[in-house]
Amino acid sequence: MAMADSFVKSQGSQSVPLEYTHEEDALRIFGFWIFLATDLLLFASLFATYSVLYRHVGHGPGPLQIFDITGFSAETFILLTSSFTCGLATYSMHRGQKAAMMAWMIVTILLGVSFISLELSEFASDIARGATLQTSAFLSAFFTLVGTHGAHVSFGIVWMTLILIQLAIHGLTPTTARKAFIVSLYWHFLDVVWIFIFTIVYLLGVMS
Amino acid sequence: MSTIDDGIQEHAHSYHHGGPSAGKEDHGPWKHIIGFVISLLFTALALWMVVAHIAHASMLFAVILALAIAQAFVQLFFFMHISESHAPQWPFHVWMLTLGLLFTITVIVGSIWIMSFGTESY
Amino acid sequence: MLYNVENFASHFFVLGDPLIYGADVSIVLVSLAIVFVLTYYKKWGWLWREWLTTVDHKKIGIMYMIAALLMLFRGGVDAILMRTQLIMPNMPFLKAQHYNEIFTTHGTIMILFMAMPFIFAMMNIAVPLQIGARDVAFPYLNAISFWLFFFAAMLLNLSFVIGGSPDAGWTSYAPLAGLTFDKGPGENYYLLALQITGIGSMATGINFFVTIMKMRAPGMTLMRMPLFTWSILAACIIIIFAFPPLTAALTLLLMDRLAGAHFFTIFDGGNPMMYVNMFWMWGHPEVYIVVLPAFGVFSEVVATFSKKRTFGYASMVASLIAIAVISFFTWVHHFFTMGAGPGVNSFFAVATMIIAIPTGVKVFNWLFTMYQGRIRTKLPMLWAIAFIPNFAIGGASGVMLAVAPADYQFHNSYFLVAHFHQVLIGGVVFGMLAGMYYWWPKMFGFMLNERLGRIAFWFFNIGFYVCFLPQYWLGWMGMTRRIYTYLPGMGWTFWNIISTFGAYLMGVGFVFIVLQILYSIRYGERDLTGDPWDGRTLEWSLPSPVPHYNFARIPEVTGRDAWWTMKEAKQKGEMQPELEPLKPIHMPNDSGRPFILSVLFFIFGFGMVFTWYPMAAVAFIGILLSLILRSFEYDTDHTLSVDEIRRTEAAYGRV
Repeated sequence: MAMADSFVKSQGSQSVPLEYTHEEDALRIFGFWIFLATDLLLFASLFATYSVLYRHVGHGPGPLQIFDITGFSAETFILLTSSFTCGLATYSMHRGQKAAMMAWMIVTILLGVSFISLELSEFASDIARGATLQTSAFLSAFFTLVGTHGAHVSFGIVWMTLILIQLAIHGLTPTTARKAFIVSLYWHFLDVVWIFIFTIVYLLGVMS
Repeated sequence: MSTIDDGIQEHAHSYHHGGPSAGKEDHGPWKHIIGFVISLLFTALALWMVVAHIAHASMLFAVILALAIAQAFVQLFFFMHISESHAPQWPFHVWMLTLGLLFTITVIVGSIWIMSFGTESY
Repeated sequence: MLYNVENFASHFFVLGDPLIYGADVSIVLVSLAIVFVLTYYKKWGWLWREWLTTVDHKKIGIMYMIAALLMLFRGGVDAILMRTQLIMPNMPFLKAQHYNEIFTTHGTIMILFMAMPFIFAMMNIAVPLQIGARDVAFPYLNAISFWLFFFAAMLLNLSFVIGGSPDAGWTSYAPLAGLTFDKGPGENYYLLALQITGIGSMATGINFFVTIMKMRAPGMTLMRMPLFTWSILAACIIIIFAFPPLTAALTLLLMDRLAGAHFFTIFDGGNPMMYVNMFWMWGHPEVYIVVLPAFGVFSEVVATFSKKRTFGYASMVASLIAIAVISFFTWVHHFFTMGAGPGVNSFFAVATMIIAIPTGVKVFNWLFTMYQGRIRTKLPMLWAIAFIPNFAIGGASGVMLAVAPADYQFHNSYFLVAHFHQVLIGGVVFGMLAGMYYWWPKMFGFMLNERLGRIAFWFFNIGFYVCFLPQYWLGWMGMTRRIYTYLPGMGWTFWNIISTFGAYLMGVGFVFIVLQILYSIRYGERDLTGDPWDGRTLEWSLPSPVPHYNFARIPEVTGRDAWWTMKEAKQKGEMQPELEPLKPIHMPNDSGRPFILSVLFFIFGFGMVFTWYPMAAVAFIGILLSLILRSFEYDTDHTLSVDEIRRTEAAYGRV
């Protein structure tokens, strides 16, 4: 195949990481990158909605009244750290250290769970103060944008757990390595999205 | 998969013999640590600048947005291995992400521009 | 109690309209007939094994095409009903509400459940064969895409008899489509059906992008790819980036309707125009998603039936890519009249006009390809030739609409209706029919009757002009779209009579296409060569119908028009390369899960439509479970032995 030719040539004598050893796995990694491009546009649309509507507070509270600097900062640092530990899991995978890899994945999952619980408690306290999805366009856009990210992270937690189980069953094979690599791409991507939520939603919200 | 060209598969197996430890990352997880430290620093810097109100709102927003974009690149290069030139997606995923970035900016900036209707003075 | 049941039933089922009772009866009768035939001929197992569980791109393509033809019939009946209602002033045929529902489902079905599956049909059938691949990159995902589309189409069509059809136009603009003005479940059907099919479309976009980028035969560089494959690549790039804004817009409108959010409402800060903005971020690129593959078909057909290389190949590729990118910068021309101000309107008007340039390049290239060629006017070529004047008129009226100040006059008039039908029928439908005729022998192994096809062509083509040219006039005379009747003395009656007559001619044309297919199934000439048109691209190097592994040996490509090059070399008596020995082939396993997963999506959607959340929740858990089951499935492919391949090839007479 044409592409495969160039794949081989660019490779030279260097060995490829485990997740790329089978062509079908390599294709899936490629496909997942393209999926990330679609997900990027999904978040772009939600950011666009938020940017257009965030001053439309109606009769409800504005960003200053509901954003809690300690809360969202803690969420940010937790997620940043989880992205780092997820990176360490990939690093261990490339060195063939299955136990270390699984340990870092467990740490990542735990950090993800604490991120989600902080976010949920933030949402709960907003709702207790009467700031709900139904209150105003600003709050609809806020809950949807941040909630969509939260749903992605929750999905990622379940997904990473499934792959952890498969690693335990099948060991470190090209297939499990590919799966772990893809979930790590997903996790880092969610970190990127969060950085923009942190900046455009939270920091901009408490700035005015 | 039906797609596997057998010749390639043989090549793939020969890589396999080289073992899973790819040469590039043998010198410790420094790349990851540097990426992590940069992202911590940039986040803390943005947070501090906003809390301390060090500049006008629009100026401040421009700076923290630049920091966020820089952090996105840190994730892409330090954690997501976007620059692995041996990968079969190279360089198509970079093209697609670049195109995605162009359309992301179009969607967000375009929407803000379009939906500001009625606020201009003629 | 009895009253409650009656009350529920009268809201659940659509009652009181003889047309819908007729539909109820025909749905029940057709379903019974299908069940009877399958049981009588003991075909249930065959249906499940050969079709419902298949991951073969060729079979998936055929199923897409059958579904698209059925939906063309469904949307076509809507069109005939509308034109009948408009034939005379004050027609008592349809009521206002019924008319609203019909134009809504007509538009929705024609774009999302006819045009989209038709292009997916053509790309599934032709792309892997053209690039010398044995399947798509992700065959299992491909099956999921199809079944999601199929059950989304079923969900939308169900609204007709259960709960009531959507009635806010195919664009479903807020606030009309919001809960305040539209209580019924029809809009929920629209939102969920589009969401479900949208997931499938996005997956197809990713799937074919990776397939085309990574699975080409050795020697087939990007600039040696057939132009149809190029057009699909460009369409995939648009799908990948354009569908997410639609997903977002539909989700947000659904949240407005089901969860009481305030994105597009008229109080508490909501902004209905934001929906319009997001809808067209997808909506305009969508036009190019469906028309670029049609352009690709024309490029193949024109070159094959002129016996010439495509003129200006590089400029064809460049214009496809240019159209794909610029299509993302034109969306505001659908709502110039919102009044976004001179800066915004000027920018988007200019961007819209710029798109006409690459499109014009393509039209000239097709003409120059025909110039001095040995043209054979077989059916595919007839449709391709008929497309060119059609698209020239449609394109010119499009540029008129792109002039923002003039658009304030044309907006939402019949001028617009005539314009977009001219490009969508003249471009997409003509293109897909050309593609269907072109690849039919490859799909089924027999030729379609030429004579019946010509009758269909002339009815459809003449009917098209008779139907839509008068609508330009009607638009200038002030007739607006979506009105269900008009008064005598407006001066519209004459042109409306002509237009309706044209619609009937098109209907006759469609009947002849159906007759042609039925006749040819029985009497069609077998295609024993595999290359009935003297084709230029790799799919014609294979026997018809194509064996399920496509290529026994992956071909080596040495130039553009790969199959033509090989045939030329053979004619000149050049040394043929030694045939390599056959090798075992890895093939993906069939799976019933894509079908079951999509049924669960259907149940989920139905539960959400009626806000029966327990039902939706159960189906959602089922969806997650089937995803988890797939994740734990490791044995996903099998190997075809050399013996098996040799036997199959021998049966085709090719050893």
